[in-house]
Amino acid sequence: MKGNFIDNLPKVYGIYTGGFLAFIIIMSIAEQMGMTAKTIGICFVAFTVAIYAIIGYLSRTAQADAYYVAGRQVPTVFNGMATAADWMSGASFVAMAGGIYFKGYGYMALLVGWTGGYVLVASLLAPYLRKFGCYTVPDFIGTRYGGNLSRFLAVVVLTVASFTYVTAQINATGTIASVALDIPFQYAVYVGLVSILLCSMLGGMRGVTWTQVAQYIVLIIAYLLPVFWISNKMGAGFFPHFMLADEVSRIAELEAQFGFVKNSAENLKEVPKGLAGITKAHSAVNATPWAFISLALAMMMGTASLPHVMMRYFTTPSVKAARKSVGWSLFFIFLLYSSAPMLATLSKLSLIDPTLPTGIIGKSISEVQAIDWYQNWNQANLMFVSDFNGNGTLELNEFFMGGKAVVLATPEIAGLPYVISGLVAAGGMAAAMSTADGLILAIANAISHDVYYKIIDPKAETAKRLVVARVLLVVIGFAGATIAAMEIQGILGSVIWAFDFAMSGLFFPLVLGVWWKRANREGAIAGMALGLISGAGYLIWVRNGGSGFLGITQLTFGIFGSAVSLVAMVVVSLMTSAPNAATQKMVDEVRIPSGKSILGKQH
Amino acid sequence: MSKQEQHWEKSRGLLFMTLAIWFVFSIGIFLFGAEMNEVTGPFGYPLTYWFTCQGSLGAFVILIFWFANRQEKIDEEFGFSERGDD
Repeated sequence: MKGNFIDNLPKVYGIYTGGFLAFIIIMSIAEQMGMTAKTIGICFVAFTVAIYAIIGYLSRTAQADAYYVAGRQVPTVFNGMATAADWMSGASFVAMAGGIYFKGYGYMALLVGWTGGYVLVASLLAPYLRKFGCYTVPDFIGTRYGGNLSRFLAVVVLTVASFTYVTAQINATGTIASVALDIPFQYAVYVGLVSILLCSMLGGMRGVTWTQVAQYIVLIIAYLLPVFWISNKMGAGFFPHFMLADEVSRIAELEAQFGFVKNSAENLKEVPKGLAGITKAHSAVNATPWAFISLALAMMMGTASLPHVMMRYFTTPSVKAARKSVGWSLFFIFLLYSSAPMLATLSKLSLIDPTLPTGIIGKSISEVQAIDWYQNWNQANLMFVSDFNGNGTLELNEFFMGGKAVVLATPEIAGLPYVISGLVAAGGMAAAMSTADGLILAIANAISHDVYYKIIDPKAETAKRLVVARVLLVVIGFAGATIAAMEIQGILGSVIWAFDFAMSGLFFPLVLGVWWKRANREGAIAGMALGLISGAGYLIWVRNGGSGFLGITQLTFGIFGSAVSLVAMVVVSLMTSAPNAATQKMVDEVRIPSGKSILGKQH
Repeated sequence: MSKQEQHWEKSRGLLFMTLAIWFVFSIGIFLFGAEMNEVTGPFGYPLTYWFTCQGSLGAFVILIFWFANRQEKIDEEFGFSERGDD
């Protein structure tokens, strides 16, 4: 039956995709027949979440290897889709196009960083960790270097990085649920949490894998359909990725014509918090090489150290499949990432070009304030205009928008039916849920497997271990939701911090564990502890007004942390004795794909 | 040199080559971002802009598949590849 399911995967997900497309068509017919926008939004979110819950229920399991690594039988391409959903968070989905829209080139370092990191994953780590046969990332650290302290430190780094990340994701599910279901944010956060737990609670990694594939399909349709539709509607080209060069140069032309007028601090006080104007060139290079490269580098090394991504490659049937699967993951990510700049271009041009019917710059302020969609998004606190110079006409520097509006509002501005907005809400929900699931599972698994089973009670039976794992899942989820409900940090900032924390503590201990035989326990402990402490210290210093050095900012503090980690690890390793013969042999074994994995099938 | 040492030497060579190509597309070209953006790139986009939107991203996808195939060949050559799965 199980083998049967794996063989039938293309068929199962083919039917699912067809069913989802049919659902979109039914909804658009319902819209024509007068269904309200609110009902459509509720239908989209409720329908998709119900399907994920059913998949989560059908994937329930009582076996350790199914719970921790989905039985190691996830085919290459499907694991690629699951990883892509795991990877692309609410921030990628909702905020990325907005970031590109406002910050241009300087922001696009994130695109390069969040894709280039997969080259490091494929070549330095994933296949070797798959051969190792571990359940969690700390499992590798603990076995390779030996000792409870190294294992425990790996759990600490993992928890700090993943928890920083997960609060942002639960926050995003809450935001979308509160808009779509029309309930207050404080309750919506818990609705989001319950949806997340429905996917992972019963089936662990197996449940998360199959829901993530389903979520990827929803989120990619929800992202690409509007981009293609808008592009065609505007007459910009039927395949936007290859055809927007004229639009890009038109934006540059308009920017030169309008100029970037700086607003006075007094005027800016009027603008609601979180909204921004267009102050940077769209396609020109507006950052120094080091600012761009340091941010890209931090994101790349962070990618290779984030445990919720790495553990997806523990689920493939073989080492060979793990390598290929990284390629597929990046391909599926590429589909969305390469579309975000196109959406930003279309969105910006449609708003600022006075010759287009949707263009608002150059119109009179009162005319703009009378537009339906302006009123809607102004009410949602995502758009704002003000006549600073008192000439009655809207100038480029007098128009402000929230980052999320690029994805959320552009379909409406371009005149697409409301069904698309419902679809986008379902896509954002899928993106945030899938990432939150992966992260909560990574933390809960590390604590239940590495702290509880390996350190506290090594004789625990499977049934008891899985109960502990599930209880932790709920506890960590609630802790995350509680912090998310307080709304302390912005979504994007905390996501970037998570990468920096992960690379500070884990990048070199992981990489050198495979590539440097001489690396030993003392070195790894020093690398993880000093890396994390110095990275966090740098962040706190800069946040409290410290000047920083070498152009390392609070977004790239991982560069400092990981440099300290590398030096500490090498120096301490060389000062202490080499690892014993058994460990050296273990490293040799990890380096070849054939033969038994280091850790047994059930451990 | 044992079979395993030879295998590792070749694997390491492939790693360095992969990382060199990765370096060019993730770091190297952005050292000259401002100069390169004056040039018109594929599909008519400014060149550096195109690399950040599509070029580098696509290069990484191709690079990973290329790396995976080369590594598989190396594993086969020394008889270290796994059997009977995909």
